[in-house]
Amino acid sequence: MNPTPLIFAYDHHRDPVQASARAAEEGLEDIPQTLLRGDALHWPNPSELEVLRHYTRLSQRNFSIDTHFYPLGSCTMKYNPRIAHEGAMLAGFARLHPQTPAPAMQGLLRVLWELQEWLAAITGMAAVSLTPAAGAQGELAGVAMIRAYHQARGDHQRKRMLIPTAAHGTNPASARMAGFAVVEIPNGPDGDLDLAALDAALGPDTAGIMLTNPSTLGVFERQIVQIAERVHGAGGLLYYDGANLNAILGRVRPGDMGFDVMHLNLHKTLATPHGGGGPGAGAVAVRERLLPFLPQPRVARDEHGRYHWLDAGDLPASIGRLSAHAGNIGVLLRAHAYLRRLGREGVERVSRYAALNANYLLKRLQAVGFQAAFPERRASHEFILSVTDLQRENGIRALDVAKRLLDYGIHAPTVYFPQLVPECLLIEPTETESKATLDRFVEVMQKIRQEALETPQLLREAPHHLPVGRLDEALAARRLDVADRA
Amino acid sequence: MSTVPENLRYTETHEWVENIGGGRYRVGITEHAQELLGDLVFVELPAVGGQIRVGNPCGVLESVKAAADLYAPISGTVEEVNEALGENPQWLNEDPHGRGWIMVINADAGAWDGLLDAAAYARIAGV
Repeated sequence: MNPTPLIFAYDHHRDPVQASARAAEEGLEDIPQTLLRGDALHWPNPSELEVLRHYTRLSQRNFSIDTHFYPLGSCTMKYNPRIAHEGAMLAGFARLHPQTPAPAMQGLLRVLWELQEWLAAITGMAAVSLTPAAGAQGELAGVAMIRAYHQARGDHQRKRMLIPTAAHGTNPASARMAGFAVVEIPNGPDGDLDLAALDAALGPDTAGIMLTNPSTLGVFERQIVQIAERVHGAGGLLYYDGANLNAILGRVRPGDMGFDVMHLNLHKTLATPHGGGGPGAGAVAVRERLLPFLPQPRVARDEHGRYHWLDAGDLPASIGRLSAHAGNIGVLLRAHAYLRRLGREGVERVSRYAALNANYLLKRLQAVGFQAAFPERRASHEFILSVTDLQRENGIRALDVAKRLLDYGIHAPTVYFPQLVPECLLIEPTETESKATLDRFVEVMQKIRQEALETPQLLREAPHHLPVGRLDEALAARRLDVADRA
Repeated sequence: MSTVPENLRYTETHEWVENIGGGRYRVGITEHAQELLGDLVFVELPAVGGQIRVGNPCGVLESVKAAADLYAPISGTVEEVNEALGENPQWLNEDPHGRGWIMVINADAGAWDGLLDAAAYARIAGV
């Protein structure tokens, strides 16, 4: 396949314009001559039809959930029901100005209020703020509330945040941004947290611990109750990273596990296509004692059933605003529509099938010869394979397996994360894939395994059937060049 | 198989330390570490003159696969850093014990006594 030319290649009816001549024409003589462009601006000049074809062609080369199985671990690339988009695109929502007075936007406020209530019920928390515009901003809001809580109590020495080695990279980054020093706590060989290391790290300077449960190792932290007791006993708080909430949605509540504050990735756990950078919504939920610190604005309902904003005047201890208005409303609307369609029972089915699909794939892939990172553990909603056996045998690495999957029309799983497991593939099928799709994935993986053992060169040079082959990722990162200088 | 030079000492977090005399210690990452990380693309070095504490992160190494903290193998003052690594992160892959050195730390005599010898490191790292 030939690479698609850049839009700049369409320059036939080109009429070079000298900027200086233009400046005179448009009365910009007061701009100093030295600052005016001397040469012609390199600007594409395609016809409308060419623009249409160019971008349609590019879009057809997308590897997306709409076209391919996408088992990207820790990203929950599930199908986002179209009906959720339909609701969010209703003119009454889509054309509403954010500064509309509350009495004239009761419909939207009701949706936001209901979503706050439902998310509190799902998480087992006291209250919710929907404003964070992404998961990482939700994390920052969460740890900022932990800091505000300790400071409000005059507990100023709590400067250390405990984070397991297996955590998402955003956790230590958020803790650092909120002014904490990060202390890493190792995970044991079975994937659970090392309790002795936790005990050794706990002290009067402990602000809290940030945990994902199930963890990024694809297993449920079985000692969560003991961890909560110990951290609370030392005066710290527990932060729940909602990245893996899809595994326990509707069945286990972070509030019941002992967590004090958490964020939810509404864009991935509920119904918004994500990947490629957004848009996101990282709602935060807290227990009673952190309620005063929630970011504003929030939505409240009065005794007459009327809705209004709660802002700085109503929430004096709030950590403040995180976005200009109330976050990514479009994502919140989709989350509301999705929950409304599923209902309480449907929500529980999400995690049930997410876990079933992951465990089914794990067992079948083990049966065709792949080694699981934690063979004695049940998978959560995702699981880790390690291909160190193929590496020893033929020098085949996780990256080669991932690239070969693309040839078979399957998006590669997450590779080389978590960093604790060498040559790993983190696979998350999600609840929205059929058994037929899962079976085809096993079939393809079995074929790739055979190729790895018999014709390893096929993997090393993959992908063979895509517009571009193996790119030099190291060179691209070392000498970043995104400017077109044709 | 990675080489693990006998004259160096090591940490469990895959740093090597060379005693260059006068209370000065040169530090880098092991050949095994660069193999795990893959092609290095970015290096964040500690500030010269800064105090570092054993076991604490003091820099960042970013590869095509991962971003990893560099941990201080011993406590002391950063006397010198390999500035050229900023432009040439591939030296960490090509020559981790030579051109890919990261920094020189000024520390008390005997600062490296608690570190692993080559045999102990090779056993722990499984190389």
